[in-house]
Amino acid sequence: MDHILSIVLFTPLVGFLALLFIPSSKPAAIKLWANIAGFAGFLVCLPLVFAFDRSRDFQFAEKVPWIPSIGASYNLAIDGYALLLVVLTGLLGFLSILASWAAIETRLKEYYGCFLLLQVGMMGVFMARDFLLFFVFWELVLVPMYFIIAIWGGERRVYAAIKFIIYTLVGSVLMLLGILALYYEHFRQFQVRSFDVAQLMNTQLDPNLQWWIFWAFFVGFAVKVPMFPLHTWLPDAHTEAPTAGSVILASILLKMGTYGFLRFSLPLLPDAAKNPTVIQVMAVLSIIAIVYGALVCLMQKDWKKLIAYSSVSHLGFCTLGIFALNPAGIAGSMLQQINHGISTGMLFLIVGVVYERRHTREIAEYGGLLRSMPIFTIVFLIAALSSMGMPPLNGFIGEITILKGAYQVSLWWAGAVVLGIALGAAYLIWLFQRTMLGEVSEKNAALKDLNAREIAVFAPLLLLALWIGVYPKPFFQVMDRSVTQIVELVQPGAHAGQMVPNRLASLQR
Amino acid sequence: MSQYYTSVDHFVLVPAILLALFGCAVLLFDFLLFPEPRQRKYLVWFVALGLVFTGGALWRQQHFLSVQKIDSITAFGGTLTIDGFALFFNWIFLAASLIVALISYKYLETAGEHQGEIYGLILLANCGMFFLAAGTDLITLFIGLELMALCFYVMVGFLRGDRRSNEAAVKYLLLGAFSSGFLVYGFSVLYGLSGSTKLAAIRMALESRGASDPLVILALVTVSVGLLFKISAVPFHMWAPDAYEGAPTTVTAYLAAGSKAASFAFLMRMFMGPLAPSRELWEPLLAVVAVASMTVGNFAAITQSNVKRLLAYSSISHAGYILLGLIAGNDTGVQGVLVYVLVYVFMTMGAFLVVAALRRKEMLGEDLEDMAGLVHKSPGYAFLMLIFLLSLAGIPPTAGFIGKYFIFLSLIQTGHYVLAVIATLYVAVAIYYYFRIVRSMFISPLTDRAPAATSLGLKLALAVTGLMTLLIGIYPEPFLSLAQNSLLR
Repeated sequence: MDHILSIVLFTPLVGFLALLFIPSSKPAAIKLWANIAGFAGFLVCLPLVFAFDRSRDFQFAEKVPWIPSIGASYNLAIDGYALLLVVLTGLLGFLSILASWAAIETRLKEYYGCFLLLQVGMMGVFMARDFLLFFVFWELVLVPMYFIIAIWGGERRVYAAIKFIIYTLVGSVLMLLGILALYYEHFRQFQVRSFDVAQLMNTQLDPNLQWWIFWAFFVGFAVKVPMFPLHTWLPDAHTEAPTAGSVILASILLKMGTYGFLRFSLPLLPDAAKNPTVIQVMAVLSIIAIVYGALVCLMQKDWKKLIAYSSVSHLGFCTLGIFALNPAGIAGSMLQQINHGISTGMLFLIVGVVYERRHTREIAEYGGLLRSMPIFTIVFLIAALSSMGMPPLNGFIGEITILKGAYQVSLWWAGAVVLGIALGAAYLIWLFQRTMLGEVSEKNAALKDLNAREIAVFAPLLLLALWIGVYPKPFFQVMDRSVTQIVELVQPGAHAGQMVPNRLASLQR
Repeated sequence: MSQYYTSVDHFVLVPAILLALFGCAVLLFDFLLFPEPRQRKYLVWFVALGLVFTGGALWRQQHFLSVQKIDSITAFGGTLTIDGFALFFNWIFLAASLIVALISYKYLETAGEHQGEIYGLILLANCGMFFLAAGTDLITLFIGLELMALCFYVMVGFLRGDRRSNEAAVKYLLLGAFSSGFLVYGFSVLYGLSGSTKLAAIRMALESRGASDPLVILALVTVSVGLLFKISAVPFHMWAPDAYEGAPTTVTAYLAAGSKAASFAFLMRMFMGPLAPSRELWEPLLAVVAVASMTVGNFAAITQSNVKRLLAYSSISHAGYILLGLIAGNDTGVQGVLVYVLVYVFMTMGAFLVVAALRRKEMLGEDLEDMAGLVHKSPGYAFLMLIFLLSLAGIPPTAGFIGKYFIFLSLIQTGHYVLAVIATLYVAVAIYYYFRIVRSMFISPLTDRAPAATSLGLKLALAVTGLMTLLIGIYPEPFLSLAQNSLLR
C-alpha cells in the first residue's frame, strides 16, 4: 500500500509500453489489451476509495527526490477532492477505451497508446504535490490529445487540434512563469529551493506579487476550464475529436483547470483570490459563460457542438462556485465537476452512438429515435435530466449547492445561476424533443438499439448519476476536509463550523 | 620541455594536439591506405579513435581539476585556460563531432560526394572549437575561430556538383570573412585600449576606463557584430538559412550544433570576461538582439516549406533564447546557457539527422511534403523526430524544457519580466511550426513509399541523440550538477 499512487499512476504506462510490443497486424489483440489495461487502470484506483481516511488531509503520500539541485521531487498525495477526480479519471479512462471498440478501425495501436498515455498525464496532474511535477504532467496531456483529435477526428480536425494545443500552451507557459516567480520568492525568503506545494504555502507574498502570479495562473487554468473569453478552442476541439476524445476532454481535461484554481490559486494566493476586483472579474466571466454558453446551445444545429457549448455553460457554474469562496460554493463546485464529468461524458457518448450509426451530427437529420432505439432514448433522457439538474439526479445536488453558495454572496449571482439552469433545461429538452420524439424517417427507423457493450459503457455512469442524486452524503463527506481547508486558507475563520453542504445533503434525504 | 613549452602547457594542449594529429592523419590515410571509394567508410573508425583519445585527454584534465580541487589550469602564460567551462563545452564538441562522423559516410555516399577529406575537416574544426572554449587570449581565440570557420566553409560547399551547396559556401565565406573583419577590428581597438591581448588584462583596462568611453563603445559594437554573426543572431542571421539549406545535411547538423556551441563559448568568454565591465551598455543591446532573433526566427519559420530552412530559422530563435541567459547574467542564467547549449546540440542534431536519413539519390528529402506519412514507413524516425521537435519547442518531459526552465527562471530572478513573458509566448508560436512537421509526418497520407535510408552509424547517432534528449528531460540532475560546476564567473 506504500506505493499505491505510483501504481495507479503507472499502470496505464505499463499498459502503454506493453501495447508497443503487440504487432499492428493483430487489431483484436490490440483492442483487447487496451481494454484490459484500461480496466486494470480503473481497478487499481478502487483500493484508494476503501483505504481513504476521511479524517486526514493529504494521504498515500510518496516523496522521492527527483532533481535535488532545484528542489523538485517526485511527490504524490491526494486529498478527498483529488481522490474523486482520480477515480473519475480511472473510470472514464476505461470507459472511453471501451466505447472506442467499434468506432475506431485505423491506426489502433497509436490510438490506444494515446489514451493510455493521456491517462498517465491526467492522473499525475491530480496527484502531484510538487509544482514542477504537476507542470510536467499538465503538459504531458497535450501531445496525446493533439494526436487523438488530429488523426481520428472529424473534418476540421487538424485546425481544431492545433488550436487546442496553442491555446493551452499559451496558458501553460504563462502559468510556468507564475510558478517560477512563486518558487523564487520562496527561495528568497527561506533560502531553500523547493517546488513542494506544502512548503510553497509558507511563502509570505505581498498582495502586488500575488496579484500578478494570480493572473499568470489564471491564464493557464482559465484556458483549460475554459472560461469566457478563452473558450473558443473548446467548441472546435470537442466537436472534431472522436467520441472518446470528446469524453475525456470534457470529463477530465476541463477539470484540470478548475482543479488548478482550487488547488493552487486559492490556497497559495488567498489575498489575490479574495480581492474584490478579482472576484468581480471571475463572477462576470463565469456568468457570461453560463448565459452565453446556454444561448449558443439554443442556436446549434450540430448535436455535438451543442453538447460542447453546454460544457462552457456548466463549467461557468463551477468557476462561479469557486469564487463564491464559501463552503457551499466550493463544495458545490467540486461536486458539479464530478457531475459534469459523468453527465457530459454520457452526452458525448450518446452523440457517438448515433454518429457511429448515421455518420452525421446534424440535429435535423434525426427525429423519432424513440421508436427505433427505446433503450437509447431512456439513457439519453436520464443523461439530459442529469445534465440539466433535475432531481433526483446528480446535477440537481451540484447546482443547488452552488446556488446556495452564490446566494450567500449576492442575489445577482444566484439569479444568473437560476437563469443558467432554466436555459440549460430549455436547450436539452428541445434537443431531446427534436431528436428522440416526432416522426421517424426511413433512415432512422432502421437504426439498431444499444448493444451489450454500449449498455456496459453507460451503466456505471447512470448508476453514479443516480447515486449522487439520491445519496450524495458520502461524496460531500469525502470532500469535506478539502473544502474546509481551502475556505480556511482564503478566509480564515469567516465560515467556521458552517459545513453547509452536509447539512443541506442530510436535510434533503 | 623548455620554458616556452612546460609540462603544464603540454598537459593543457594535448586534446588539441590529438585532434590536429588525427585530423591530418585521416587525410593521409585516406590517400595512402584507402584508395578505393568503398573503403572510405573505415575512416570513420579513425575519427572515432581520435575522438576517444581526445576524450581521454579531456578526462585526465577534468580528473586533475577535481582531484587537485582547483578551478582552472592556465597555460602559455595565460593564453589557454582549462576550467570547468572549457571542459563542459569540449565534451559537447566531441559528442557533436562523433555524431557527425557517424552519419556522414552514408549521407555523402548517397549524395555521391563521399570524400575522405570530410573526416579530416571534422577533426580540424573540432580542434578550432577547442581553442574557442579554452582560449583566454584574443589571438588564440581568433585563430581558433578561423580554423573552425575555414573548415566549415569547405564543408558547407562539400557537394561540388550541387549549385545550392556552392552558393551556400560562397555566401557563408563572404559574410563570414566580413564579420571576422569586424571582430578583428574590435580586437585591435581592445588591444589599443589595454596594450595586451590577454582577456584578464583587457578587463582591467576597460574597468578603469569606464563604460561610456567612446573607444570602449566602438570596441564593444564591433566585437559584438562579429560574435553575433557567428551565433546567427538577428540582424546578422542572413547567411544561416542559405548555408543551412545548401550544406550537406550532416554538415548542417554540425554547423547548427558544433559551430554554434563553440561560438557561444567564445561569446560567453568575451561578454563575461573583458566586456563584463560595460554590461550596462551591452545588456539592452543584447536584449534587443535576443527579442529580434526570437521574433524573426519564429515568424520566418512559420512560412518555410523546406525543413532545413525551417530548422535554420528555429535555430536563430534558439540563439535568442540562449542570449537571454547571458542577459540575466546571474549564476542561474549562465547555468541556463550551458544547459541550453548542451540540450540544443542533441535535439537539433537529432532533428537534422532524421532529415539526413530521408536523402536519396534522386530526392533531397528536405521538403515538408517529403515527410508526409513518415510514420507509416519509418515509425522509428517519425517518433524520434517528434521527440526532437517537442524538445525544440520546450515541452516537458523532454530536454528542451530543462534548458528553457533555467532561462526563464534567471529572467525572473533578475527582474526581466517583460523579456520573460515575450520568451514564453514565443514557445506557443514555435509549437505551431514544429507541429507543421509533426502534422506532415503523422497525419498526411504516405505519398512516397521508398524506404528511408538506414545505416549502423545513423542508428547509433539517432539512439544517442534521442536518448540524451529524453534522459536530460526526465533525469537532468547529473547534467545540471556538471553545468553547475562549469560556471563562468
